Amino acid sequence: MIKLNNIHKSYVMGSNSLHVLKGIDLNIEQGDFVSIMGSSGSGKSTLLNILGMLDNYDKGTYHLSGNLIVNMSEKKAAQLRNDMVGFIFQSFNLISFKNAMENVALPLYYKGVPRKKRNLMAMEYLEKMGLKDWAEHMPNEMSGGQKQRVAIARALISKPKIILADEPTGALDSATSYEVMDILKDVNDSGITVIIVTHEHDIAAMTNQIIRLKDGLIHEIIRNGELKQFKDEYTHGLEAAQIKSYV
Amino acid sequence: MGWKPLKLKAMFDIDKWQEIFATIKKNKMRTFLTGFSVAWGIFMLMILLGSGNGLSNGVASNFMNDAVNAMWIWQGETTIPYQGMKSGRQIQFHNEDQEIIKKVAGVGISSGRFFMGNTRYSYKKESGEYTTITCQPELKDVENLILNEGRFINQIDLIQNRKVVVIGVDIKTALFKDSTAIGEYVNINKVPFKVVGICSEPGSTRNRNAYMPLSTAQMIFSGSNRLHNLALTINASTLEESKAIEEQIRNVLGRQHKFDPKDEGAIGLYNKLENYIQTMKIFQAIKIFIWIIGIGTLIAGIVGVSNIMLIVVKERTKEIGIRKAIGASPSSVIGLIMLESIMITTIAGYIGLVLGTGLMEMINYFMMQGADAAAAAAANGGEQGDTMFLNPTVDINIAIYSTLLLIVAGAIAGYIPAKRAASIRPIVALRDE
Repeated sequence: MIKLNNIHKSYVMGSNSLHVLKGIDLNIEQGDFVSIMGSSGSGKSTLLNILGMLDNYDKGTYHLSGNLIVNMSEKKAAQLRNDMVGFIFQSFNLISFKNAMENVALPLYYKGVPRKKRNLMAMEYLEKMGLKDWAEHMPNEMSGGQKQRVAIARALISKPKIILADEPTGALDSATSYEVMDILKDVNDSGITVIIVTHEHDIAAMTNQIIRLKDGLIHEIIRNGELKQFKDEYTHGLEAAQIKSYV
Repeated sequence: MGWKPLKLKAMFDIDKWQEIFATIKKNKMRTFLTGFSVAWGIFMLMILLGSGNGLSNGVASNFMNDAVNAMWIWQGETTIPYQGMKSGRQIQFHNEDQEIIKKVAGVGISSGRFFMGNTRYSYKKESGEYTTITCQPELKDVENLILNEGRFINQIDLIQNRKVVVIGVDIKTALFKDSTAIGEYVNINKVPFKVVGICSEPGSTRNRNAYMPLSTAQMIFSGSNRLHNLALTINASTLEESKAIEEQIRNVLGRQHKFDPKDEGAIGLYNKLENYIQTMKIFQAIKIFIWIIGIGTLIAGIVGVSNIMLIVVKERTKEIGIRKAIGASPSSVIGLIMLESIMITTIAGYIGLVLGTGLMEMINYFMMQGADAAAAAAANGGEQGDTMFLNPTVDINIAIYSTLLLIVAGAIAGYIPAKRAASIRPIVALRDE
């Protein structure tokens, strides 16, 4: 599904060049539930941007569903993003002057779906998120958890193959965070690859695979089996959240 | 960039318009400010052009009160000693002077005039003092007189010394009220004259002059063959030609009456064509000036819209970033910003256009009413007023062109901000502060 080979990326800031990614090799299969962890500056957001075709890479190859993603025109990138990827952000990034339904329907507008049909679909997805009664509300009338659920509905409406979530729980309290994670787990269960960037261990522990970045390189990858041990290290956090552990 | 398909698709995409309307509705203040600058610009432009037209029309119509190539010559006193004669000598015109002037090249029609001073007109019980102008038939064309009824003085009147008179509208109203005047006899200084015509002067609110044949007046009112002034037209197309004719007239009259042709006091001379040509030159300059200001105002408007749209793009950076992240193509972003710019510019411009032309039409309407009131006042003995302002309205073509220009201006104004919007990188836009 996602195949990264020796990806390099540096940012030029004035006369300084900041080498952020120093050769990332990564395979993510269809249906994986992956979290990317690392301290700030480790390159985790950059990696997510490259995966989401929001940013270019300098060296290496990136294959998405067998397509080499390189030197794409902005139009092509926009189209691929629309078809393949759903984004979820820490600060929700809803459009403030559109109500919940219009926000959810927006990706379909760019797909060329007629207004009536896309609003109907948006209602359907809002209902799935338990927000049917909030469809006419503006983002500033909703709680953080509600906003993030609207954002998830928006990410899902174009039926993407991958959901990319940048700190999806970063602005939420822990109870709401777990609700959001439950939803993402359900999304993953429906066959969609979910990749989240987080620095919270309890959140990461709910995924099936943890990729730890350090100084622009993959430091370690913790898979299902090894996750048990990882989990034990953070039982404290999990107990506090009082949720059942995933196997 | 696929320009044509983008535009065509955008024009018929109802969704896009709904997107724009939603944006505008949610950003009322910003939209209002953007629109206001354009509306104001067009409003000012319309007022400027309207005022310019009004001033130009007013002055041009004042000139039309007489033939634009009219010239008046009247007698004076010499101020320079000449051929052994002292200065201070009175010059007296006679009928033969008119014949001399007629021979000058470039002189068109002419009419001699003999002044009678105040003359008393009476009809039945009504009477009043009015100015009598004695003349030849040509005066009608020199002064562009309008005949409301009957006829003007003709050649036969002159040859037969007929006792006929053409009276001004105000005299008719004062003496005859509503009854017919043509064919009736009025007593002028106790001599009965038959009324043959009723006339008025163009652009004038006071028509208290009466016209009678020169020969009749000279005979009845002991004028002998004396003249007081000469009215004529000259055929010249440039200032130089007109001045040459003027000099020629001074020369021939100087020879006849033995005065220095350079003696400005011996005869008085008013050359209307000279004034007309000079005034029209000023108006050409004013028109150019108005257009420069007008175009300047429009450019200021375009820059204003562009400026505000740049701020709009800056303000909407995050929103545009979100749109791009969820699949908006660069061209759809360009279309969004440009259509918004064009729509605001066009609608606001149209409002400014309607208000501007509306105001000028309103001023025009009140001026018309004012002119009627002034005419009524003048009829009761008020001052004769010249209008400096006439029909201060804007040509509909200019209004249409301005609107089209606005649409183009909106497109130009929106293009740079739209390009900037399209180049927004989602990651930069979505970076959390």
